[in-house]
Amino acid sequence: MHELALSRAIVDAVERHAEDRRVVSVQMRIGALRGVVADSLAFYFEVVSRGTACDGARLDHEPVAALLACPACGETWDPTQPLPRFRCPSCGAGGDVVRGDEFEVESITVEEEDACIAPR
Amino acid sequence: MHRTKVRVAEDALDANETIALANREDFDRASVRVVNLMSAPGAGKTSLLEQALADLDGIRAGVLEGDVQGSVDADRIAALHVPVAQLNTDPGFGGECHLDANMVRSAIPSLPLDDIDLLVIENVGNLVCPAEFRVGEDARVMVASVAEGEDKPLKYPLMFRTCELVLINKVDLLPHLDFDLDRFLYNLDAVNPDVARMELSARTGEGVDQWRSWLAGLPNRVAAAAR
Repeated sequence: MHELALSRAIVDAVERHAEDRRVVSVQMRIGALRGVVADSLAFYFEVVSRGTACDGARLDHEPVAALLACPACGETWDPTQPLPRFRCPSCGAGGDVVRGDEFEVESITVEEEDACIAPR
Repeated sequence: MHRTKVRVAEDALDANETIALANREDFDRASVRVVNLMSAPGAGKTSLLEQALADLDGIRAGVLEGDVQGSVDADRIAALHVPVAQLNTDPGFGGECHLDANMVRSAIPSLPLDDIDLLVIENVGNLVCPAEFRVGEDARVMVASVAEGEDKPLKYPLMFRTCELVLINKVDLLPHLDFDLDRFLYNLDAVNPDVARMELSARTGEGVDQWRSWLAGLPNRVAAAAR
C-alpha cells in the first residue's frame, strides 16, 4: 500500500519536470530507512503511470545504504542490521541520520524532437 | 527523435511538503497548534481523544477526523461538544489509507480555526503510509495498543521513528496477554531513543491524565520552542 501512494508521488514529480515530453525512464535514489520494496514500487508505478507522461517508462533505482552518526562520540553505524538500532553502539546516545532517508527522483530520461538544424 | 537525460534531484514528496508548509502557515496565523494522531486501526485513537478532550484545562480543541468512509468517529467526538470536521478519503481521494497535506488543505475551510487553540488530526488508521506524508502538524503522536504485539517498532520503524510521543494503550489488558511490555519498550528505544511514552488505558482511564496534560501543554511548548 505504501508503495502505491509513493509511486503516485513519483509520477507527479516526474510530470512536473517532463514538460509534456514522453518519459523513457526514471532514475531514483531510495534510502534503506524508507522501507520501500523496490519490486512493489515498480509494479505500482507501472499501474499509476498509465495515461501519464510516464506511461511505459522504466523505473530504475539506486539503493542508498543507511548510515547514522553519533552526535556525542562520532561513531558511525548502519542502523538497519541485524535489527533496527538508532542508539549509538559505543556510547548509547541517539544517532543522527547521515544517509538512508532519500526518496529522490535523481533524473529522468525523456524523448525529444530533434531540433531543426537545416541551414537558413 | 532523441533521448535526453534531465537532472531532477528532487524528493518525490516535495510537493506534499510544500502544501504541508502552507497548511502550517495557515494554522500558525490562527495560533492553532496541530497534532497528527496516528495508529493501526483499532488501537484506540478516538477513545483516547474522547477521554482527553472532554476537559482540557481551558484549551479549546477541535478535531479533524480522517476516515476512509463514514462519520462514526466524528459523531463520537461531536457528542462531546468538541468542534469536528470529517474528511473521507473514499469519495475524492481514491479511498486512501492515510491523509496527505492536500487532503488536509481541502478541509481547512471547514475548520473553525478562530475558535480553537488545538487541532487534533485523527489520521485514518495505518502504520505505514501516514508516516510518509506530513500534513502541517506541530507534533506527531502515535498510539500502539498492547494487543498489537511487542515487535511492532521493529516492523514499522518509519512510523515509530518519526513521532514525538507514543501512547501505549489498553494496558488494562496486560494481565490477559502475552505482551512483553519491557521488550516493547526496548524495541521502541531501538528505533526512537528516548522518545516520550505513556502507558494508559482509554477504557479504565488509567494514565489518561498525563495524555490530557501533554495535549493541554502543547501550545505553550510550541510557543517556548519558537522563542
